[in-house]
Amino acid sequence: MTDLLINGKKHTLDVEPEMPLLWVIRDELGLTGTKYGCGVAQCGACTVLVDGAPVRSCSFPNAAAQGKHITTIEGLSPNASHPVQVAWKDLDVPQCGYCQSGQILAAAALLKRIPKPTDKDIDEAMTNICRCGSYRRIRAGIHQAAKTGQGINSIIHMVPATAALSQGLTSQDDHLASCSGACEHDHGHEHNLQASLEHNDQPLDQLKNSRGFSSNCA
Amino acid sequence: MNTTFHASPVSDDNTQERTALHNQVQTTRRAFLVTTSASVSALSLGFHVPGFAKEEAKTSGPVEVNAWVVIHPDDRCVIRIARAEMGQGSSTGLAQLVAEELECDWKKVSLEFITPGQNLARDRVWKNMSTGGSRGIRESQEYVRQAGAAARMMLIQAAATQWGVPTTEVSVKDGVLRHDATQRTLHYGQVSAQAALLSPPDVKTIRLKNPKDWTIAGKPAKRLDTAHKVDGSLKYAIDYRAKDMLYAAVKASPVFEGKLKSFDASAILKKRGIQSVVKLDDYAIAVVADSWWRAKTALEELPIVWDEVNNGQVSSQTIAEHLKEGLTSDKNVFADTNLGQFEEAYGASAKKLEAVYSTPFVTHACMEPMNCTVLYTSERAQAWVPSQNAEAALAALADGSGLPIEKCEAYNQTLGGGFGRRGGPQDYVRFAALVAKQYPGRPVKVLWSREEDMTHDYYRPIGQCLLKAGLDEQGNLKALHVRVSGQSINAYLAPHNIVGGKDRRQLQGLWPEPGDAQFGYTVPNLKIEYAMRNTHVPVGAWRGVNTNQNSIYLESFMEEVAHASGKDSLAFRQSMLKDHPQHLRVLNAVADKAGWGRKLPSGVFQGIAQFMGYGSYTAAVAEVSVKDGKVKVHRLVLATNSGHVVNTNQVAAQVEGSVAYAFDSLQAESSVQNGRIVETNFDKYKITRMVQLPKIETVLAPTFDFWGGVGEPTICVVAPAVINAIFRATGQPVRSLPLKNSGLELV
Repeated sequence: MTDLLINGKKHTLDVEPEMPLLWVIRDELGLTGTKYGCGVAQCGACTVLVDGAPVRSCSFPNAAAQGKHITTIEGLSPNASHPVQVAWKDLDVPQCGYCQSGQILAAAALLKRIPKPTDKDIDEAMTNICRCGSYRRIRAGIHQAAKTGQGINSIIHMVPATAALSQGLTSQDDHLASCSGACEHDHGHEHNLQASLEHNDQPLDQLKNSRGFSSNCA
Repeated sequence: MNTTFHASPVSDDNTQERTALHNQVQTTRRAFLVTTSASVSALSLGFHVPGFAKEEAKTSGPVEVNAWVVIHPDDRCVIRIARAEMGQGSSTGLAQLVAEELECDWKKVSLEFITPGQNLARDRVWKNMSTGGSRGIRESQEYVRQAGAAARMMLIQAAATQWGVPTTEVSVKDGVLRHDATQRTLHYGQVSAQAALLSPPDVKTIRLKNPKDWTIAGKPAKRLDTAHKVDGSLKYAIDYRAKDMLYAAVKASPVFEGKLKSFDASAILKKRGIQSVVKLDDYAIAVVADSWWRAKTALEELPIVWDEVNNGQVSSQTIAEHLKEGLTSDKNVFADTNLGQFEEAYGASAKKLEAVYSTPFVTHACMEPMNCTVLYTSERAQAWVPSQNAEAALAALADGSGLPIEKCEAYNQTLGGGFGRRGGPQDYVRFAALVAKQYPGRPVKVLWSREEDMTHDYYRPIGQCLLKAGLDEQGNLKALHVRVSGQSINAYLAPHNIVGGKDRRQLQGLWPEPGDAQFGYTVPNLKIEYAMRNTHVPVGAWRGVNTNQNSIYLESFMEEVAHASGKDSLAFRQSMLKDHPQHLRVLNAVADKAGWGRKLPSGVFQGIAQFMGYGSYTAAVAEVSVKDGKVKVHRLVLATNSGHVVNTNQVAAQVEGSVAYAFDSLQAESSVQNGRIVETNFDKYKITRMVQLPKIETVLAPTFDFWGGVGEPTICVVAPAVINAIFRATGQPVRSLPLKNSGLELV
């Protein structure tokens, strides 16, 4: 028998000691937020926290987790209120979402260890695979959750249909938009961007800021 | 805003039959069942009139106004979605389009996915469920907008009737109907029951909004399906659970096309939890257990003998030789474009260039491995699947279970990635049906290991390309020959698409005709050919499909030609795109926003590329440095003209996400040795990681005069832009991918 303490709850299980923690969590206990991705600790979809540290549960025998505090995505916070989860929602980080339980737990562990991570810290800690390529927003989400003021959210340049393009020989760097942290969209105050953009060759973020969008750009 | 997401059912309860609408409210489902058996004569517009049309209008519970729109008494609006959601965000975009015409309150919108069984039962009222080719929005936009508009018209009519006023005096905004003269208002939820009793309007009377007047569509709206993706509560097909469920691990012949010769089940049957060993047709085997881990562990120990059917000697080297022959052969070759006199013009050229490019097999590696759960009885088969084409999944279920399709249902879940893998063959559904048939009344979850997933994919086809260019004295390109030699997706999956021996699909992006994937350059003597050279490796659509490879061949070679002509890479392309202003415009847009030719830090070089695919025009500028073979991409500026833009935020997400697949295109390879795939997992397969991602800027240059796709067309310009920057940095063209073939590595 194995005793496991998962999300603050004790479970007594009759499983082989070598059964990876992932399969105990998913198939024995039904906590399916933790995902199977590769089985060889490469992709991180199965990331859980063991005593606060990120562990790839597909390659971690459940017996090794006895007596330790295990946190899965279901137990990270009440009502998805962890700053990483809040940032993920604000920035629409997930695409298919399958890898995101692992990404979020890896990010949460990083912020616990380094409250204000640099991009280099993020590169070193965030080795989980995302096939949809949400990496840019994951990085932005971590910066937002950590309030580093360093994050760059999506950069969108809008080119009006009628724009006279300069044959590409002029640098337009003054038009680069970068928005530190998140830009929240308040649906109640959205304007007809498309019509506006017909006459404004300005980056979207600038437009948002100039037209009453609710925004927390730092 | 309301972000409630009604996923199809994944529950512990399999005692009652469930439909994708179950999570909705039962009354909706009853209406559904009634109409399912009702006459379809009322479907003048593809919308139905509820079968209980003459009944008293219901005053409580949600009401189906038409097939796409369900309205609750409290004004919550459920918009039905037929296309698969695999991360691309089109379910939110489609809802925006419906809501735009419906004039409902966007904050009260939620999504509901229909099932293929319902679609068939209702005479395919929701039309095509297939989700691939970046078609999800562009192919459905008109009829879903019409559905939203039709529902609005019916709701207005219901209010007008109640007030006894002409419909022309009723206005609506955010789901609130108003009669200005008498200051009366009604909410959608108050009239939806009456509206549902009305005949739908004739489609010819529907006037869709000018996109310039959109207030919901065309906006950076947030996705409606995010909340359950950040707390682990979204149930993918792999997460399906049910009482008494069994688990199966599968293994197909490691050598493609190989056959199962023999196996020794007794070696594992006594192991804990093992139920049985099941032979799947003659080429795969499944171990069934009470736990997937036990099944997989036992399968690894199961002695199996395979017949390699003479494919055991095939390798990447033998395949390369086979393709090389196709570069110059006159057998099984056709010219799709043959303008002017290439040979003559090339022979007379002042300067000649010739190069051979090659691209490898690559794998999809969806994060959620292939899986399917089937519950079979002699009367009914049900499947919980991640499919890009739920109707094809349903057909595979019928095929595998041996039951008529009317007795089958497939519940498609949000997919943990698709990328083309789950759109064509529904092999994982068939496998699950075959296994579950052995256990009537018990659901069986068949899950492929990552190794099985990566070694039994439908890979991006391998290809080579011979290119020749002839320049005149002034460095103008006068003659161009493109000869693609490689494997055909159609030959493997859809032979009926090969007409008269000509498989045009493999030349995607090099086609002369406008519309979908047009070759943009004007070259007076132009020959574009395809030599089909097939292998035993299964091939299929890999996000971006043939555009990815053809763009690498063409745009990387164009850089070599530009260099040889002594002209600027941008100016050289511009001079040949004058006849194709849309191609030119997006190229100019990317050059503008990237600052083409701007002063860069020492060691950083720019590369540029343009291409067309999936009805959209794309272009890229990459800023790259190369040091000691290590390639660092610092910045990517990616421009798209998709005609219309339904959601700027989600289009940006797709453009950004495309970079991951594009980088795979640069660095990854599924190589073949001994007839099988060498790279069996992420420890061997070079997959794109976060550290490699540069700063990405999205340039949206919509012209609002067509509908193009978004999910795929960016991928094809990223790799050649990077390759061209490498060429400018090192002076050495990169002609053979992956990059390691040139001693390079993406860092």
